[in-house]
Amino acid sequence: MTDARAPRVVPYGDDAVLVELPGLAEVRALDDAVRAARATDPDAAGIVDQVPAARTLLLRVREDADPGALPVERWWAARSSRAAEADARDVTITVDYDGPDLADVARLTGLTVDEVVARHTGAQYTVAFGGFMAGFAYLVGLDPALRVPRLDSPRERVPAGSVAIADEFSAVYPAATPGGWRLLGRCEQTLFDVDREPPALLQPGTRVRFVAS
Amino acid sequence: MTGGALEVLEPGLLTLVEDLGRPGWAHIGVGRSGAADAGALRLANRLVANDEGAAGLEVLLGGLRLRAVGDVTVALAGARGPTWLDDRPVGHEAVLELRSGAELRLGTVTSGLRTYVAVRGGIDVPAVLGSRSTDQLAALGPAPLRAGDVLAVGPAPAGWPVVDLAPVPDLPDRVELPVVPGPHADWFDDVLARLQAGEWHVTPATNRVAVRLTGPVLARTSDATGRELPSEGLVLGAVQVPPDGQPVVFGVDHPVTGGYPVVAVVRRYAHGRLAQVRPGDRVSFVHGRASV
Repeated sequence: MTDARAPRVVPYGDDAVLVELPGLAEVRALDDAVRAARATDPDAAGIVDQVPAARTLLLRVREDADPGALPVERWWAARSSRAAEADARDVTITVDYDGPDLADVARLTGLTVDEVVARHTGAQYTVAFGGFMAGFAYLVGLDPALRVPRLDSPRERVPAGSVAIADEFSAVYPAATPGGWRLLGRCEQTLFDVDREPPALLQPGTRVRFVAS
Repeated sequence: MTGGALEVLEPGLLTLVEDLGRPGWAHIGVGRSGAADAGALRLANRLVANDEGAAGLEVLLGGLRLRAVGDVTVALAGARGPTWLDDRPVGHEAVLELRSGAELRLGTVTSGLRTYVAVRGGIDVPAVLGSRSTDQLAALGPAPLRAGDVLAVGPAPAGWPVVDLAPVPDLPDRVELPVVPGPHADWFDDVLARLQAGEWHVTPATNRVAVRLTGPVLARTSDATGRELPSEGLVLGAVQVPPDGQPVVFGVDHPVTGGYPVVAVVRRYAHGRLAQVRPGDRVSFVHGRASV
């Protein structure tokens, strides 16, 4: 019997394979399984970087390792949501809900500002993946009622600590940058600090809640 | 014993501190970075008996002037250009002893783009996430060199240089990048054949993040026209084709993810060659089946 959710392993140059999966849940499960394998499984010893994304997991290996030899199917078969949940960190982020797009989000969703805040704080989020900049995390778990498109033209400068939503995701901007997400508020927490262990407050698998200040 | 220091008299166009990079952090948005031509940095380090991964200087197009503070031993590799130790012309891929106060001067490079200066003991700047490399995309690591900077040199390694010079062939004039198919080659019409048939020019918008090319437009198949790609992990050497059809070949400071299809990947043995292409160079692709 074929598993419709089974990973497809695609060659990606001399140092990597790209594992294609149906969606975020499967990426999350395989990402956790590979991370667990790297702690115990000698076959995972060559992996130097693993990059989860929306539908893929990139596995990059050392120059002396063969990415084609990685037993991805075995790690997929060994995946377990329980182990990952036991290991996951929980982070609570306190937000000043005074963002410049709060009123627009209320208008676009047909909710009141208070309802927008209630729905944003009412959800349990998980970091699906990073990628846009150091310490930036794409959080899934957003209330579907808050699904709004990005701004038509991005802001030139989004302040550090801005709490934002776009499409199915929520996020916190770790540093000032141009950005097109809709800003609901700000937080004081430092999202990324190279002198801290771990440097990123939010990493793939971290569970997140927002609370209003 | 400490290894002295190097005083920057002139940094040239752009000189960065680089080692072999910062693997292991891509999942939190921090890329590999490191010397663009890692082979050249490794060679220069070996010449002065350093660990291959010691931090050195990556000099863009020459123009760097350094003064030794205390006696230091250096070696150059990578892009070639006239070089002087005080008023004496000196060679690349050779062990150079600098007496305290001596001046090392790199002229404009004549072949390649990036010259590496290794110093016995390594450039001793604080490591960030385990690496002394400057990542220009993430703005991590040491700032580009400025006139007046004094770079501490680390403790000398136990070993001594075993050869005075390492013969290295000149870079070929014609740049041929060996590629294998990438994850989305099938979004394009016969893309490997088209890559091999065409010739592209390197644009001035080329840097450590990417080599940007201009030339024949690569067109998607009718099935893949307008198809959206959710962002996915990128690698060094990935040949990405954005909507304008002009290929972008990613370098060491590439973003960790990207949202356009990757049609091909440059073989690892050519990553150093990729780092040495100059704006205006003509580039072609060859099938990278065979190793060299």
